[in-house]
Amino acid sequence: MSMILTIATREFKSLFLSPLAWTVLAVLQSILAYIFLTQVETFNLLQPKLATIDGALGLADIVITPLYSNAGIILLLITPLLTMRLICEERRHKTLSLLLSAPVSTIDIILGKYLGLLGLLLLAVLMITLMPLSLLSGGALDNGKLIANLLALLLLVTAFTATGLYMSTLASHPAVAAMGTFGILLLLWILDWSAGLQEQRSELFEYLSILRHFQNIQSGLISSVDICYFLLFTASFMVLSIHRLANEHLQK
Amino acid sequence: MAILINAEHLSRYYGKHCAIKNVSFTLTQGEVLGFLGPNGAGKTTTMQILSGNLAPSSGRVEINGYNLQDQAKLAKRSLGYLPDTPPLYKDLSVQEFLCYCAQLHGIPKKAIAFAVITAQERCGLMNISQRLISNLSKGYQQRIGIAQAIIHNPDVIILDEPTVGLDPLQIREIRDLIRELSHDHGIILSTHTLSEVQAVCSHVQIIHQGQLILKESIVDLNQKMDTGSVLISTRLKPDLTVLRALAGVLSIEAISDLQIKIAYHLTDNPTSRIIETIISSGWELQELTPLKKSMEDIFITLTQAND
Repeated sequence: MSMILTIATREFKSLFLSPLAWTVLAVLQSILAYIFLTQVETFNLLQPKLATIDGALGLADIVITPLYSNAGIILLLITPLLTMRLICEERRHKTLSLLLSAPVSTIDIILGKYLGLLGLLLLAVLMITLMPLSLLSGGALDNGKLIANLLALLLLVTAFTATGLYMSTLASHPAVAAMGTFGILLLLWILDWSAGLQEQRSELFEYLSILRHFQNIQSGLISSVDICYFLLFTASFMVLSIHRLANEHLQK
Repeated sequence: MAILINAEHLSRYYGKHCAIKNVSFTLTQGEVLGFLGPNGAGKTTTMQILSGNLAPSSGRVEINGYNLQDQAKLAKRSLGYLPDTPPLYKDLSVQEFLCYCAQLHGIPKKAIAFAVITAQERCGLMNISQRLISNLSKGYQQRIGIAQAIIHNPDVIILDEPTVGLDPLQIREIRDLIRELSHDHGIILSTHTLSEVQAVCSHVQIIHQGQLILKESIVDLNQKMDTGSVLISTRLKPDLTVLRALAGVLSIEAISDLQIKIAYHLTDNPTSRIIETIISSGWELQELTPLKKSMEDIFITLTQAND
């Protein structure tokens, strides 16, 4: 356990030694701040009309849900760039042998690397959440909806990171890992689109689609199916990563 | 003496290519074992197997009594390894990096600061401990690699070509360090220069095309080595067949028309006969230089013995 923390802490700190982590946080925050402000403006324009309708959309529906949906899409683009170097770069720079010859198990290495990077993404999610929370100073907020959105984004990030980590254990070049991660995630994201065509609906595709489960949780319907989907998704890629790294010394 | 490494029948194939074949040896405490061989002989492959970075295709390794495959964590506890490329995180400072290594090797929190300082002192890194590894020279990086391998005071230290890229002064320091460490550790180091083995090792193992062809103590090796060579320059082109026929001559290599290298048996030194022949044949001897024993000589001896 202490080894996992050691590796995770090192990974997290190393991210901030290069400009990468700072850039990612800055870019993510700027884009989402712009979206957030636009949505708040939209709400201000619509508010007089909405106030007259019973059970109309509230602040949470107009500001929070789009904010987290967009955050999901931007993270889909960014996560592969962060995860690509996790194992792959260690292998390229031959630093992996430091971990492999230390009394550290493969599980420690994979979990440590995973948690280290997840730390950065959690920080990003936290910073995004500060924006809707700032609305509390001027009005009431549907807390349930905010928590549902936060949970959805957190689960999404854990799944993205696990996928990226696995691709990084596979690839021999970081760019390949990034491309592979992006490919898998985007495919799973858009898998649901065919469901729009009524006759060609496929229940399997619908179940596999990340977007479908993400939106279900976002809407406030927190069902165990959706949560299990993300947990299974993450766990599968973690197990695959551990397996791949454990076989590292058989390869070549 | 405790047996620190016990390697039995190690073989490793890369696809169909056989990198090492049926290599067995042991290392005891206080022993400095030099792994000698030309490039591509299988030195690094053996080191990688011993350090747990590579699984052997067959055979087994025991470190300090623990099987490296089944009890990897316990076995690796008593292992310090410097690969052929030092595994350094270049964006860390020397101190940060060594702290991380100490943590990875499970040194208790309170003892880390002391371990880092000791390793830095031993490897002469004290005055650069705050600098970034990426800004340091190759020699310093190599020393950090060694510091990383000894920081947890392991019983077994495996060094893959530890003096590559160092200047002569640093090489001497590293050799002194290895000698100092050898009192209470077992050390394996690989190299392709014989002088290095002669300078620091107590035992030598020669590996050639993936097979161990010799394991001796240095003292025995020096006695056993029965090959010397001389470099000869003449003014006129000598007849090599005449020279080759002389008793004691092993082989002749023509470097140019007027320059030849003769390998001979030390026990039956033909130098005087060679000189006589050259002079009486009128080839006019210009220069005769005895060459220092090199790895080539050992190989000639060994392959001749095997033939």
